[in-house]
Amino acid sequence: MTDKQHLDEEALAELQDVMEDEFDVLIQTYIIDSRDRIASLKSALSAGDADAFAKTAHSLKGSCINIGAPRLGELCMEAEQAGKVSDLTEASRLVGEIEEEFAAVISLLEGLLVR
Amino acid sequence: MTQRNLRILIADDSDTDRLILQAIIKRLGHQVIEAADGLEAVQKFRDECPDIVLLDALMPRMDGMEAARHIKALAGERLVPLIFLTSLSDAEDLARCLEAGGDDFLTKPYNRVIIEAKIKAFDRMRRMHDTLSSQHEQICERNRQLLEEQAIARRVFDNVAHTGCLDSPNIRYHASPLSVFNGDVLFASPRPAGGMLIFLGDFTGHGLPAAIGAMPVAEIFYGMARKGFSGADVLREINQKLKRILPTGMFCCGAMVEADFKLGQLRVWNGALPEAWIIRGEGESLLLPSRHLPLGILPPKQFECVMEVVQVRPGDRLLVMTDGVLEAANDRGELFGLPGIRQCLEHRQPHTHPFDAVLEAVRQFSDRADESDDLTLVGLDITDQPDLPAEPEQPSLSALAGPTEWRCEYEIRERTLGDFSPLPLLLHICLEVPGLRTRSGEIYTLLSELYNNALEHGVLQLPSEWKHSADGFGKYYSERQARLARVDGHYIRFSLHHTRKPGGGRLRVVCEDSGAGFDFSNHPLVSGRDDESRAPRYAGRGLLLLKRLSRSIKFRGKGNHVEIIYDWNFSAHQGDGDDR
Repeated sequence: MTDKQHLDEEALAELQDVMEDEFDVLIQTYIIDSRDRIASLKSALSAGDADAFAKTAHSLKGSCINIGAPRLGELCMEAEQAGKVSDLTEASRLVGEIEEEFAAVISLLEGLLVR
Repeated sequence: MTQRNLRILIADDSDTDRLILQAIIKRLGHQVIEAADGLEAVQKFRDECPDIVLLDALMPRMDGMEAARHIKALAGERLVPLIFLTSLSDAEDLARCLEAGGDDFLTKPYNRVIIEAKIKAFDRMRRMHDTLSSQHEQICERNRQLLEEQAIARRVFDNVAHTGCLDSPNIRYHASPLSVFNGDVLFASPRPAGGMLIFLGDFTGHGLPAAIGAMPVAEIFYGMARKGFSGADVLREINQKLKRILPTGMFCCGAMVEADFKLGQLRVWNGALPEAWIIRGEGESLLLPSRHLPLGILPPKQFECVMEVVQVRPGDRLLVMTDGVLEAANDRGELFGLPGIRQCLEHRQPHTHPFDAVLEAVRQFSDRADESDDLTLVGLDITDQPDLPAEPEQPSLSALAGPTEWRCEYEIRERTLGDFSPLPLLLHICLEVPGLRTRSGEIYTLLSELYNNALEHGVLQLPSEWKHSADGFGKYYSERQARLARVDGHYIRFSLHHTRKPGGGRLRVVCEDSGAGFDFSNHPLVSGRDDESRAPRYAGRGLLLLKRLSRSIKFRGKGNHVEIIYDWNFSAHQGDGDDR
């Protein structure tokens, strides 16, 4: 599917530097934010709203890229494309992959927080 | 460049992205204003007036494109850099962001270095724009002030330099409405004894410095011309004044024209203006080049104000111009010059006035309307008796004011008889009576006839018969000069006496001289036996004039004591004047 890493260590190190004390807040915000958006993806899918699906995937893609989760970002981009061409079957399959990848990202990020 | 603290609006619906961006921007030392969607962004922009706006392209409620349009509209003349935050990669989407008013993009993932560089660059641009627009505003304001000041200065100048008799049917002129700020001045005034005085001047420089010298020149010109001073007198006065007030390097090129239509004479003085042209009715032309330095350069003692005398006839025309005419240039940089004038005068249609021919040719040559605004051109037609427009100065309201009951005596003696004309002074005294002011021509004629008779026939004993032949005329004038050197013990005495009368006033003029007098009891004009055949004689003409203008004329003693009564009233003259 994709050969991108779960987390971009370099990008995260820079974020840590920029955010200083707020790094934890950022990670928490990202997790809550993304959870909301994945929920939105699902409800758009069940409503058959391909346009809303594409827009939500687009937003999620942006924050994933920013936080340093390139692989999840890549999946979001594919989901955005599927939404744009109204391919709901593909979209549905991608939501599954996104959830799976998101779970992996969360556990890695939480590892960062514990440190 | 020192980093300045900016207020930056961030609009992004993703909390994560907003958190990252605001952290980066705060670390750069700027203040952050946050908005979570387009609508909030527009609202915050309105309330907080940020310096730079960072906008996510896709947002709920109102997307970035629309928010951008609102924000640009709200910013108006102010330059507020607008940077789109985007993970868009489609070229068309990016182009739409710019069309909506975006100035640049920032792509995700955010890069601290790039964000800092972009904010700095846009801050520079923003400040440059602010500087430019405040300078632009200053320039507009200064320009508005300048135009307003010019308009005021122009009004003041117009009050001093009214058009005089420039509107006479025999004068044509072209001068730009603000010509005084090009340094050009043009004045014309009727002379009390008939004829007119015209002055065209061109000050060095432009703008206010050029205009400022125009005021005293206008005052001198109109003040002196009205009192009957000659062109030479006026020139001497102008030169002296300008020499005193103008800084070195500033002067006034000028030409004075004294026109006597009765004698068919033009007296012309040209100081550094282009050649004046006399175009004869028959077509040939005569050039009167500059023979003098400009006004305001030579000290009074070295100043030469001798005027060239040219005989003219009705149908002849005079053209005087500033060097703007010669220096009019076409788009190849060629100058109109003297050949241009010569050519257009030679090739003009028979009925085209030389003035119109020259002006039209210059305009066509330079092919730009504004070019003609830096030149002044005046044309004078020689006629039999030009109709002069009424003098603007009206006595209507002030007629009862001023001196009405007065008497004065003025005597000039010996050498002064040859050096000095008392006429402007005497006229000036008479014209203090407002009711006499509109009659300055008649008063001047009365005084000058009395004075010339007293001097030439009374004191100098010159026989007027001499003037009837061409030879005699020369003899008359050389003898006049010679005899003026031998006037010991001689005098001419004027007594002026003015009293009020119902509806007007009475001026009594007594002129006595130390001469031998004449046998007035046998003179055909004085004794009442009018003999037309003798009328053309100069002395006869003078007496006839005196009789016609005055209520009564009496000779006393040996004939060297003349008394004239001149009556005036309000109604007689005002009806035909300009009742302002």
